[in-house]
Amino acid sequence: MPINYYIFLSIALFAIGIVGVLTRRNAIIIFMCIELMLNAVNLLLVAFSKMHHAANAAVNATAGSDGQLFVFFIMVVAAAEVSVGLAIIVMMYRNIHSVDVNFLNRLKH
Amino acid sequence: MQNALQIVYLIPLLPLIGFLINGLGRKHLSKSLIGLIGSGVILASFVLSIWVFLQVKGGNTHIAHYFNFIKVGDLTIPFAFQIDQLSSVFLLIITGVGFLIHVYSTSYMHEEKTEHFGRYFAYLNLFVFSMLLLVMGANYVILFIGWEGVGLCSYLLIGYWFKKPEYNKAANKAFIMNRIGDLAFLIAIFWIITRAGSVNFNDVFAVAKGEVEFRAFKPVDITVVTLLLFIGATGKSAQIPLYTWLPDAMAGPTPVSALIHAATMVTAGIYMIARSNILYSMSAVTMNVVAYVGLATALLAATIALKQNDIKKVLAYSTVSQLGFMFLALGTGNYVAAVFHVMTHAFFKALLFLGSGSVIHAMGGEQDIRNMGGLSKKLTITYVTFLIGCIAISGIPPFSGFFSKDAILLSAFEHNKILYGIALFTAMLTAFYMFRLLFITFSGKFRGTQEQEHHLHESPAAITIPLIILAVLSIVGGFVGVPEALLHGGDRLGEFLAPVIAPAKHASPVSHNTEYGLMALSSILVIIMIIFAWFKFRNYRRSEATGFGKVLENKWYVDELYDKIIVNPLHKFGGFLKSVIEKSVIDGLVNGVGKAVNYGSRQLRLLQSGQAGSYVLLMVLSMLLVFVVQFFLRK
Repeated sequence: MPINYYIFLSIALFAIGIVGVLTRRNAIIIFMCIELMLNAVNLLLVAFSKMHHAANAAVNATAGSDGQLFVFFIMVVAAAEVSVGLAIIVMMYRNIHSVDVNFLNRLKH
Repeated sequence: MQNALQIVYLIPLLPLIGFLINGLGRKHLSKSLIGLIGSGVILASFVLSIWVFLQVKGGNTHIAHYFNFIKVGDLTIPFAFQIDQLSSVFLLIITGVGFLIHVYSTSYMHEEKTEHFGRYFAYLNLFVFSMLLLVMGANYVILFIGWEGVGLCSYLLIGYWFKKPEYNKAANKAFIMNRIGDLAFLIAIFWIITRAGSVNFNDVFAVAKGEVEFRAFKPVDITVVTLLLFIGATGKSAQIPLYTWLPDAMAGPTPVSALIHAATMVTAGIYMIARSNILYSMSAVTMNVVAYVGLATALLAATIALKQNDIKKVLAYSTVSQLGFMFLALGTGNYVAAVFHVMTHAFFKALLFLGSGSVIHAMGGEQDIRNMGGLSKKLTITYVTFLIGCIAISGIPPFSGFFSKDAILLSAFEHNKILYGIALFTAMLTAFYMFRLLFITFSGKFRGTQEQEHHLHESPAAITIPLIILAVLSIVGGFVGVPEALLHGGDRLGEFLAPVIAPAKHASPVSHNTEYGLMALSSILVIIMIIFAWFKFRNYRRSEATGFGKVLENKWYVDELYDKIIVNPLHKFGGFLKSVIEKSVIDGLVNGVGKAVNYGSRQLRLLQSGQAGSYVLLMVLSMLLVFVVQFFLRK
C-alpha cells in the first residue's frame, strides 16, 4: 500500500484527537482523544519505518528499526501517563463529583 | 636682560588674575584696593606691551607655542600667541587706552556699592583679557575664544545696572546681534579647516597663496571664507546690518562705552580683517562688499548722528560711522590706513566718551544735550579736551584724525571717485554733528534745572588727567603716519606694519599735487561745516524735529523695521510652536504612547481566562499559523 494512505489516516486520527481535546468537556473523553493522537503518531512512525526498511533492506538489514523502537517507547510512556491521568481523574471526581474540566479554572485566581 | 617675548603670556594673564582677585574678593576688598588692583594689572600689561613693542620694532617676531589646545586626527590646534607688528600695535592701544579708562573708572564709579564696584572692575579686567587673547592668538580658534570673550563681557557690562529691564534688553540685544555674526565666523573657521587643514594664520595664508600643497583652497573658497569672516566682523564691529546693538550699548556705564568703542570689542573686526589681509586681497568680490558696506554704514550712521539728542548716542553713531570708514579703508585695500584709524580713533573716541562721562557726572546723570548748554565756563578742562577730540575726529590738520582719515579718503579716491565723493560728504557730516554736539553742550545758555546749575563742577583729577593724556595723544597721535607727500619717510606706521600687511596697492597713484589738493579740499569743507554748525547751534533753542529730521531722529526706523520683519515674526513663530506644536503634537505623542500601552494591556489581559481549553486552542492555532507562515516562506 502506498505511504499516502497511512499519512492520511494518521492525519485524520490526529485531527479528530485535537478537535476532541478542544471541544469536549468531559475529562475522560479528552483523555481518550490524547491517546488517539499518540496512536496516530505511532501509526505514522510504524508506516515510515516499514517504508524505510523496504527501501534500504539490501544495504542495511536493520534499516527503519529505530522508528519501531520509538513506537515502543511511546507506548510505555502512554501506559504510565494513563495510570497517572486516570488517578487524577478519580481524585477529581472524588473532590468535585464531576469530571467536567471547565470547573477546574482556579488557575485564573 | 630677559627677552620680553619669552614672557608675553603675562600680558593677558595679569588682567585675568586681576579679574579673579576682584571678582572673588569683591565683598572683602576696599574700593581703593579694588581700583588699585584693577588698574595696576592693566598698567603692568601696558609696560610689558611697550617692552614687547620695542622688541618687535627691533625685528623680533615670535610665535609662542604653549600646548596643543585641540588634537583630533590630523588636525592640531595649538594654544599659541603670535607676537608681530600688527598684534604689538593693538597691544599698545588696548592696554594703553584701557589703563586710562580704568583710572578714570575709579573715580567715575565711586558712588557704586563696594560689591558692585568690585564686580565692575572684574568685568573690565576680563574684557581687557579677552581682547588681549583675541589680538595675541596665533590662529583663528584662539582669536575666536577672545572674540566670544569680548562678546560676553560686553553683555555683562552693558547690563551692569541689571535692575533696569531696558538695560538688560540692551545687553541681550548686543549679545544676540553678536551671536549672529559669530555663527558666520564659526562656519568660516570650519570651512578653513576643511580646505586648509589648519587654523594657524601662517599655515592658512601659505595654503591660500599656494606655497603649501594641501587640499584645494580655490578662489571661490577664499571668497566664501572672507565673506563669512566679514559677516562676523559686521556683528562685532557694528556694520550694516548688525549695527543696531552698538547705540543701545550706551546703557552701560560711560567708561564701558569708551572701552567698547575705543580699545576693545569694535576694533576686533578690523583687527581680524587686517590679520587676514592676505586672504582678503585675493578676493575682489569681498573687497568690494567690504568697501560698500563700510561706506553705507558710515553714511547712514552719520545721518542718524545729526539728529540725536543723547550725548552718548551721538558718540555711538559717530563710532559706527568711523568704523564704516575703517571698513572702507579695508575694502579699498589700504589695511594700514584702517589700523591707523583704529589707533587715532581709539585716542579721540576714548577722549570724547570720557569727556561726555565727565559732563554727565557734572550734570548729575543728565544725558540729554537739550538740557545742557553753556558748560564751557564751569567745566573748562572737559571743554578744552572735548574740543580737541572734536577737532581730531573732524579731521583738521595737524590733529590725529586728519592723517588717518586723509589716508582713507586718498585710497578711496584712487579706487573710485564716487566712493571718494560719498566718503568726503560723510566726513563733512562728521564735522557737522560733532560740532553740533559741542556747541549745544558747551555754548549758549544753561538750559537745565536750578539744582543742576548749582551742582555744576569740574571733575576730580582721576577723571581730568586721563582726559588730558588722551587729548595730547589725539593731537600728536597722527604723526606716526604722515603721508609721503608731506614728509618723506613720514609713514612710519606703514613701514612698521609692512612685514604683516602688504602695502596698499596703488591702482592709479595720484601725484603729490593732487594729494595736496585733496587734503586742502577736505580741510576747507570741514572748516566750512564747523562754521555752519557754529552759526546754527551756538544759541541752541529746543525745537521739535519735523519731516526728514524726524526720520533721522528715529534712526531711519531701522529698529522698528527689524522688529517688524525679524523679531515679531520670530515671536509669532515661537508662540505658534508653543501653543500648537507643543500642545497637540509633542504632548499628544508622549501621552499617546502611555495611553496605547494602557489600552493594549487592558485588552491582552482578557486572554488570561484560566480556561485550559482556550489556552490549548490558542496553542494549536498559533502552531498552525507557524506552519502556514513557514510553508509560504519556503516558497
